[in-house]
Amino acid sequence: MATEVAARPPAPAGRRLFPAFDDAGPVIVVVLVLIAIWYVAAVALNAAVVRDGLDRAGTAYTTSDLVALTLEQERPTLPAPHQVVGELWTTVAATPPTSKRSLVYHGAVTLSSTLLGFVLGTLLGIALAVAIVHVKALEKSLMPWIISSQTIPILAIAPIVIVVMGSMGIRGLVPKAIISTYLCFFPVAIGMVKGLASPDPLARDLMWTYSATPAETFFKLRLPASVPFLFASLKVAVAIALVGAIVAELPTGAQAGLGARLLSGSYYGQTVQIWAALLAAAALAAGLVAIVGAVERLVGRLMGAPR
Amino acid sequence: MTRRAEAAAAVASGAANGRPVIAVDGVGLTFETDDGPVYALSDVDLLIGEGEFVSLIGPSGCGKTTLLRVIADLERPTAGTVLVNGLSADEARRQRQYGYVFQAPVLYPWRTIEKNVMLPLEIMGLPAEERRERAKRQLALVELAGFERKFPWQLSGGMQQRASIARALSFDPKLLLMDEPFGALDEIVRDHLNTQLLKLWAKTRKTVVFVTHSIQEAVYLSTRIVVMSPRPGRIIDVIDCDFPGERSLDIRETPEFLTVAHRVREGLRAGHAYGD
Repeated sequence: MATEVAARPPAPAGRRLFPAFDDAGPVIVVVLVLIAIWYVAAVALNAAVVRDGLDRAGTAYTTSDLVALTLEQERPTLPAPHQVVGELWTTVAATPPTSKRSLVYHGAVTLSSTLLGFVLGTLLGIALAVAIVHVKALEKSLMPWIISSQTIPILAIAPIVIVVMGSMGIRGLVPKAIISTYLCFFPVAIGMVKGLASPDPLARDLMWTYSATPAETFFKLRLPASVPFLFASLKVAVAIALVGAIVAELPTGAQAGLGARLLSGSYYGQTVQIWAALLAAAALAAGLVAIVGAVERLVGRLMGAPR
Repeated sequence: MTRRAEAAAAVASGAANGRPVIAVDGVGLTFETDDGPVYALSDVDLLIGEGEFVSLIGPSGCGKTTLLRVIADLERPTAGTVLVNGLSADEARRQRQYGYVFQAPVLYPWRTIEKNVMLPLEIMGLPAEERRERAKRQLALVELAGFERKFPWQLSGGMQQRASIARALSFDPKLLLMDEPFGALDEIVRDHLNTQLLKLWAKTRKTVVFVTHSIQEAVYLSTRIVVMSPRPGRIIDVIDCDFPGERSLDIRETPEFLTVAHRVREGLRAGHAYGD
């Protein structure tokens, strides 16, 4: 068994599901540069407060003392990377995930409403696109509403939805998921309208010569042709579904979730906690987009996309 | 009156070539555009008998593709009637009486070659075993055996067009409508495919209507050549072209071939002068 596995040649670069890891070198350099800029910014932004404090206390200090102090404040204007990483370590690895102090716990709360909203939004977006593509009147009547729905700031809509649904006795996961749905149905609908209409006229003529039914034309031509458009939309949708879930946790002062962490962090000036939650949210979004990308490559491979 | 007489003559010539498969009678097609009406076809009469290989030739814009699309019920004529095997074009399409080959291969990129050939069979509801068997047979006929599992992008343009011919033949229609199928290919590949197409035609005895703008191709392939002229699209000459059954590319050097080619060229030139 072991020899068989060893004998298998390594997968060529182009066939990996996560090709981002193939050329790590330049990526690492960019990350290091960003971290360096972050440190410089942290020193610069925190220096005034630290110098003020030292002056008031009347202590003598050197520049290196000052720099060291700017990087270890409890509530810095801009926390240094190592402080944020430290906070992430204690709240992710050193705290059991069931604890309310665990970022994993809060991340999971946000993730669950993100995923529910993403699934609902995707289904809604596809349903709208199918209707719009098949009924000409709907394109003119629905499209303006779909577009104007996105011009309203989500921060204005979110409290209304949460409060209204709360008064109907619906709390917790679902109202937050609805906010995510509201945001992420849009790119899916727009992308799928484009995708379902993408087959060229000859490809549709071909179906006509076979006297195919509209359902056959849909499943054998329109739907497969729309898949690349769907995945492009899904990548946007999954990221804004997360934004929607976080925003939905803000107005009600939710007890749990990354949004709640951000809110409580800003109440108490816990900038380190805010940044840790922000980084966690960013990592979560990147992970979700990467998963969608991996599924996209898998589906593309099954559908014969050139590698 | 003259039109009636011409039509009668056309009927006679069509009947002489076997049972009429296609009967086009007084067909006209006018597109209403923002710049006024465009007369794509005007008063076209044509009879095509069983087993014929008829080419429609003419300069671009002469309505040859439009005529083929009218026969296939891809366009509705604004005047006249089209009968395919005695049925209306619409009814013939519903009964899948013809296979259509487009200018482009129009293979669905997410399907393998085999699955592309099986597409019409799926829509017609054939059992999976028979679909696979037929796809295999048709792909062998166009010399694509062994490419069943390839995706279209892995094949050359000529191979893709052959696959699309296999797809059109897969449900064994008696009539094959081909719209400049080799127009996008280079001349060497085109010569090769023309030879293959003639062999295929000899083997299957389908009725073929073939649109082209190449005089050589038309004369080499056809039993009858229909010369068309633009503005409005109409038929200006019908040329019989009966070379011996087994044609090789060499017949293109023979005096008989050149005579027919010359008459086609004359027809095209006359039509063009009229159009100007």
